[in-house]
This record gives sequence, C-alpha cells and structure tokens, in this order.
Amino acid sequence: MDAGFLLVQSLSGLASASSLFIIASGLTLVFGVTRIVNFAHGSFYMLGAYMAVTVVPWLLEIERSPWLFFVGVLISAAVVGLLGVAMELLLLRRIYKVPELFQLLATFGVVLMVQDAVLKIWGPVDITGPRAPGLRHGVEIMGQRFPAYELFLICAGPAVLGALWLLMHRTRFGVLIRAATRDREMVGALGVNQAMLFTGTLFLGAFLAGLGGALQIPRVSASAQMDLSIITEVFVVTVIGGMGSVTGAFLAAVLIGQLQAFGVLVFPKITLVLVFLLMAVVLVVKPWGLLGKPEPAAGRATLPEGILHPRGFALPEKLLAALAVAAALAVPVFGDAYAVKVATEVLVFALAAFSLHFLVGNGGIVSFGHAAYFGLGAYASGLLVVRLGVPMEPALLVAPVAGAAFAFLFGFFVVRLSGIYLAMLTLAFAQIAYAVCFQWVEVTGGDNGLVGVWPSAWATSRHVYHYIVAAGAIAGIVALRHVIYAPFGATLRAARDSAPRADAIGIDVRTHQLLGFTMAGGAAGLAGGLYAFSKGSIDPTMLAIPMSVDFLAMILLGGIQTVMGAVVGAGAFHAIKDIFMPLTDYWRFLLGASIIALVLLFPRGLGGAFASVRARVAAEPARA
Amino acid sequence: MTLLAAAGLNKRFGGVVAAKDVRFALNAGEMLAIIGPNGAGKSTTFNMVGGQLRPDSGRVLLAGQDITGLPPREVCRLGVGRTFQVAQTFLSMTVAQNVQMALIAHAGRTRELVSRAEALYRAQAVALLGKVGMAADADRPIGELAYGDVKRVELAIALAASPRLLLMDEPTAGMAPRERASLMQLTAGIAREEGIGVLFTEHDMDAVFAHADRILVLVRGEVIAEGTPEEVRANEQVKRVYLGTTGHKAALRARRAAHV
Repeated sequence: MDAGFLLVQSLSGLASASSLFIIASGLTLVFGVTRIVNFAHGSFYMLGAYMAVTVVPWLLEIERSPWLFFVGVLISAAVVGLLGVAMELLLLRRIYKVPELFQLLATFGVVLMVQDAVLKIWGPVDITGPRAPGLRHGVEIMGQRFPAYELFLICAGPAVLGALWLLMHRTRFGVLIRAATRDREMVGALGVNQAMLFTGTLFLGAFLAGLGGALQIPRVSASAQMDLSIITEVFVVTVIGGMGSVTGAFLAAVLIGQLQAFGVLVFPKITLVLVFLLMAVVLVVKPWGLLGKPEPAAGRATLPEGILHPRGFALPEKLLAALAVAAALAVPVFGDAYAVKVATEVLVFALAAFSLHFLVGNGGIVSFGHAAYFGLGAYASGLLVVRLGVPMEPALLVAPVAGAAFAFLFGFFVVRLSGIYLAMLTLAFAQIAYAVCFQWVEVTGGDNGLVGVWPSAWATSRHVYHYIVAAGAIAGIVALRHVIYAPFGATLRAARDSAPRADAIGIDVRTHQLLGFTMAGGAAGLAGGLYAFSKGSIDPTMLAIPMSVDFLAMILLGGIQTVMGAVVGAGAFHAIKDIFMPLTDYWRFLLGASIIALVLLFPRGLGGAFASVRARVAAEPARA
Repeated sequence: MTLLAAAGLNKRFGGVVAAKDVRFALNAGEMLAIIGPNGAGKSTTFNMVGGQLRPDSGRVLLAGQDITGLPPREVCRLGVGRTFQVAQTFLSMTVAQNVQMALIAHAGRTRELVSRAEALYRAQAVALLGKVGMAADADRPIGELAYGDVKRVELAIALAASPRLLLMDEPTAGMAPRERASLMQLTAGIAREEGIGVLFTEHDMDAVFAHADRILVLVRGEVIAEGTPEEVRANEQVKRVYLGTTGHKAALRARRAAHV
C-alpha cells in the first residue's frame, strides 16, 4: 500500500463523511429543538434522491449546465423540506408531549407509509441519476484517479457546517434553535412562538436530509431500501457526536467515514460492526456523546409511562385467561392447518412481546432492538441443528440461554444509559447482531439464512409442535408475569420511578436492570427458538429493525400500562397483519397508518380500554 | 460518641471552591444543621457525606468506619437514611408499597422471584407510617398526597432501614409554614427518641433555630462558625454575612417559641 492509495482511500472516506454529516445535521437539529428522534429522517433522504432523479434530468434537458444540476438538487431539497413541514403540522405537533417510545413508533409509522408511497409513485426498479455536468471527470492525485464529484462532496460538508454556523449565530431563528436545544421550557416561558420555531426547524431538518439524498444521485441510484440503510448510520453519527450538537455530528461523521474507509481494508467483513462498536465505546465513556449535554430534566415528578398498579387477576380476567389458554389448546382439534400455523405464531409472538413489555412497561427500559435476542435465540438453535446435527430438544434449550447471554453482554453497556440514548444503543446492538448474521455468510448463510431447521421426528406434525410451543410460551409468560409481582419486579419498577430514591434505599439499580434485561432476553430467545422450528428456516429479517418495531407495536396495541396487554396485543397485531396483508399491495402503508392512529387516538391500547370499561362497570353499583 | 465525622473535606468544580477544609462531628441523637447563603457549599458537603459526590480530599467517617466515596446504596446499607430536596418516591406505588419497598431492600430481598412483594413487610410498613402519622393513607397512591404528606412518607421510607444517621437535604423546601414546623417537630422527636443523628441543610431559619442542637455555618465553601444556636446567633461574623438584622431577630423569636 503506497501513500497515494492511502490518501485516496482517506479522501473517499471524507466524501462519505460529508454526505453523512449533511444528513445527520438535520436529524440532530430536529432532535435538539423537538426532542423527537425522527425515524422518518431516512425517508426524507430517500425522497430527496427520488425527487432529484426526477427533477434534475428534466432540467438538464433544457441545458446541460452544472448550474442547472445544482438548481435541481436545491429544488428537490426544498420540496422535501416542505414535506417536513407537512409532517410537523400533521403529526409531530400532536406528539411532542407523549413518551419517547410513542414518538419513535409514530415516526416509524411514517417510514412505512413513505416506503409504499415511493413504490407506488416511482416503481420498484432502482433509478440511476445523471452525473453532474462539469464534475464527471477524474482528478489525478499522487498517481491515483479520484472522481471530481467526490472532491466536490468533500467541500460540501464543511460548507454546510459553515452555513449552519452562520445561521445559528447570525440570525434570530438560529439563536432560537440554539436556545431551544439548551432549554426548551425556558424558550417557551420567554414567549417565543414555538409553533413557528418547530415548523421552521422541521423544514430545515428535512431540507438537509433531502439535500443529502439529492447530492447522492451521481454516486448511488435511488432505491426503496435507502431509508433504513441510511437511518441507522445517521443515528450512530448523531449519537456519537451528541444529540443536538451540529459540530459533534461533523466530528463523528469524519470519524466514521475514516473508520469505514480503512476498516474495509483491514476487516472487510465487519465494517458495520466496527461502526457500532465505536458507538458503544463512545457511549460508555461519554454517555451523552462527544459534544452532547446531559438532559436537563432532572428531579421530575411525573407518572412514569408503564405498568402502574399491577393488580392481580379478578374473576373476569381469570375467566378470560382460562378462555385464551383453552382456545390456544383447542385450535389443533378444531382448526385447519392454516389456523394451527397462525395460532402457533401468535403464541410465539405473545411470549416475545411479553418479554419486551417486561422490560419497557415494568422496567422502564425502552429497548428498540428486542428482535436481536429473539433472532439470536433462533440462530443459536438453528445453527446447532443445521451445522452440528444436534437434535431439537437440546437445541431448543440453548435458545433461551443464548438470548440471555447476549442480553447480558449487551445489557452491561445498555443499563449505563437512560432515555433516548439507551434506546439508540439497544438499536445499535441489534444492528450489530443483524450485520453479523447478514455478513457472515459461511456460518449463517447470509441473506438466505438457514434452511432445514426441523423438529425431531416425534414433533414434526404441526399439531404436536403447536403443543410444544404452547407449553413453552405459556410457561414463559406465566413465569415472567409472576416475577412482575415478586420483589424483583417491584424493584425494577422502583428503579424506573426514581433511580435516586432506589439508590438511597440501598438498591443497586444497574445490577437489577441488567438482570431484568437478561431475563427478558432469555424469554425472547426461547420465543425465537420456538419460532425457528415452526418455520423450518431462519433469515436475518428475524432480528431486523422492522421486527423490533413489530414487537413494540404489539405492546403498544395491547396497552403499555396493563400487565397482560402485550399478550393481547400480540394476538391482535398478528391477526390484523394476517388478515389485511394478503388483501392489499399496500400493507406497509396500512400498518404505518395504523401505528400512527394508535399513538394518536388510543395511546393506552386495548388493555387500557378494557381497564377503563372495567372501572366504569365497577363504579356503576357504587353510584346506584 | 461521635457518629459522623467529616475531616478536612475539599471539593472544587473547575475554578470554584465548593468546599474548603470542611470538618464537623455529629453525635448520636443530635441534630446538626448546615446553613449558609446560596452557593455556600451546603449541598456539596451534604452530597459528599451521602455518597453522591466524591471529595477531592478529606475523609468521612461513620462510627469510625471510613465511608469516603462509597456509592449511596452502600452508604445506605451502613445505616444512613436520606430524604431529598424534591421528594423522591416511587410514584407508581401506594404509600405502603413505597415503605415496603424500602424494607425489602433493607432486608436484601430485592432479587427474590417467587414471593409476592405486596405481601412482604406490610405490618412493619404500616407501623412505620404510624410513626409519621400517615397510617390512615397507607393504601392511597402516593401521587395523590399533598406535598407535605409525601415528605412525611419519605421520612418513613428513610426510617425503614433503621438508620443510625438521617441525611435530610432541605427537608422543608416547598412546604407551607405550618407543615414545616410539624415535620421538623416530628423529625426531632423521632431522632431523640431513637438516638438517630440528623444532618440537615435548611434555608428556613425558624426550622433551624427551633430544632438544631448545633449549627454549622458555611460561606463560600468554608466553615465560618460552629456551635449551639445561641452561640451562632451571637456570632458577629454570622450576623454580618448571613443572618443580617432581620434574620437575627427571626432566629431569636424561633428559639423562644420552641423553648417556652
């Protein structure tokens, strides 16, 4: 490797860093002001690229000038900025006050809707954009050819940083953005028109995402997968830099750009893992990122979002629970093969969702990567069966152990953080697990996954296997439910309600949270193992972000304040997906819209609705 | 005998000296108040004792044992209860469950998976609530209580660990005057009866001069006076830098009112 090669490698790292920074700066600005982590930021990026591949060729028809290319890029970014305004007016404005879990889910709903909208408008085929006139040539650098457009990109990042600095320090709008990032309440108390400030910030944020996407078109073709692939990288950049800090995002982007450029040379297989490892290390050393500031909201005295008063089952609930168990057991007797398949899946997801609810509802630990433990349990079982020829029985026992072991490993870092940083770190670990399963083709089969994960001979019939799943899932749910009522469960709630108070009465908060995390990971791993044998195959989508979001949607649908809500939610969610998915080509649009509707209209879920009906019924005789 | 001793505590935050060679001693059953103007280093001193802050130098001894720099949960296990300036309780629980939680933690049973938390230490919790006059509200959600009552429950939570020492950071902050007097009366009674040492910071001079056995006056991180309420009230320097003339009169009034 000569110096020229290393220089060019480093330059291409800087070019990616520039693009990454332009996108990440928008996300971090929006977070700073609104305190919302906007999943849809990746969608804005994708829309920017799609707008540009539509608008720019049209402009270049008029005249092939470099100026028109950039005019097209700016028009695309501005259109995306207006879409950001629409999102603020229609959605974000209504969810500034709701818990961050709901905000994340609602913005993810937008991601789903945009995906289907893009497919509808631009079709499923990737669209290649035109190259920029005047920047199509290569430049000779120390004997290596380097694309001129990349050199331009290297300059674009610092230019945007400079422009943002001027905006933030020389205009009233910018000063307000900085003030709101510091202390939103105070800005409100000073009589600033918050609505205008928030709408303006969303325009700026979406504009930057769109700009980042539009500038990419000479390098990558516009495709419907762009959104999720960029959003995790952008999350990592903003988290490492410190959420809300533009300069921090710049530093982090440069760091990551270089890490990727040189990581590819040294560890070509695990560049993704390297990036997330960097994030984990930064967060453990500096829990608020390189240039971030701690959240000012200390000493709050608001009700936590989660299980409030875990009452035991009264008669109606006991009857319902017995009915549900009986129904689960009766399906193979009365139902057809399809019904059995659906019932088996509902039981698996009920256990997985309940284990997540144990963390989120009872422990206040908002995990955004719970699918990792589900998927790792599945992979542990599947690998044993497929690669080592281990029979089903011991392989199934390994699933919860694997889930728990990885939860313990990742949880060790996770419980050191709180709030949005914790959620981001769980997401990062899930993405590491996903990347490993995806990239380690020799072992995991990569994208195709593993096939031939079949149960032992005695359990191959769908009916018999259904009873195995029923036994595992019901035992898991009953055990976890018992823990919620036990001193350990109460201790987790105590730590969630007030960490200083828990500490002052002698509770080691982190250790208890880590144990809780491990327990939930074990239960999710068991669910994953059970799922693997019911499908006969495993693939990386089992631990991808959409799976984690499905689990969260289940507990939200069931009602986060109710102990058994997650189980109800899993059943309802799976049934809805099973009924509506085959009916329409736009199931993602529908799913996204339903998640948003849930957050806006029905934040306490089905369980909450049941509880309020019960309370009303209980109040009737008292009034009479 | 000396229950708590602070020896030469120092703490700087950047260029600011928050505590400079702070030393004091507290006996069992004694109430020691730390007073001083805003920014005097009261909370810093307090948090160095409670384990929230680690001093740059100096030692904290609890009954002769070095507890310097131990985390709060370990300090608690050695017999130190604490209340916070803004009451910290478990908002999703009832009044009794809050105290039960403290008892469960004190007994080291927080990792139990089989027993039911609600059934544990119920009677003891209600007894502790009786001590602070809150037994009748045992089954109400704690979020429903008036702030003064929450403070009383917090005292019961702190007492659950059968502490030798109570740390109370501005115990009467945010309370109505009548509630303040009764909370301090209650605390002083329990402390004397059970031989618990109480270290508290306070802005309310009525509370300080009525109930403290001794007072430590901090100004800009340094101890400028220490002694009985009478001595501190008579101290010219304290009068000049902190109490002022009106504060001085208020202190006299409070002292008389408490000892008629």
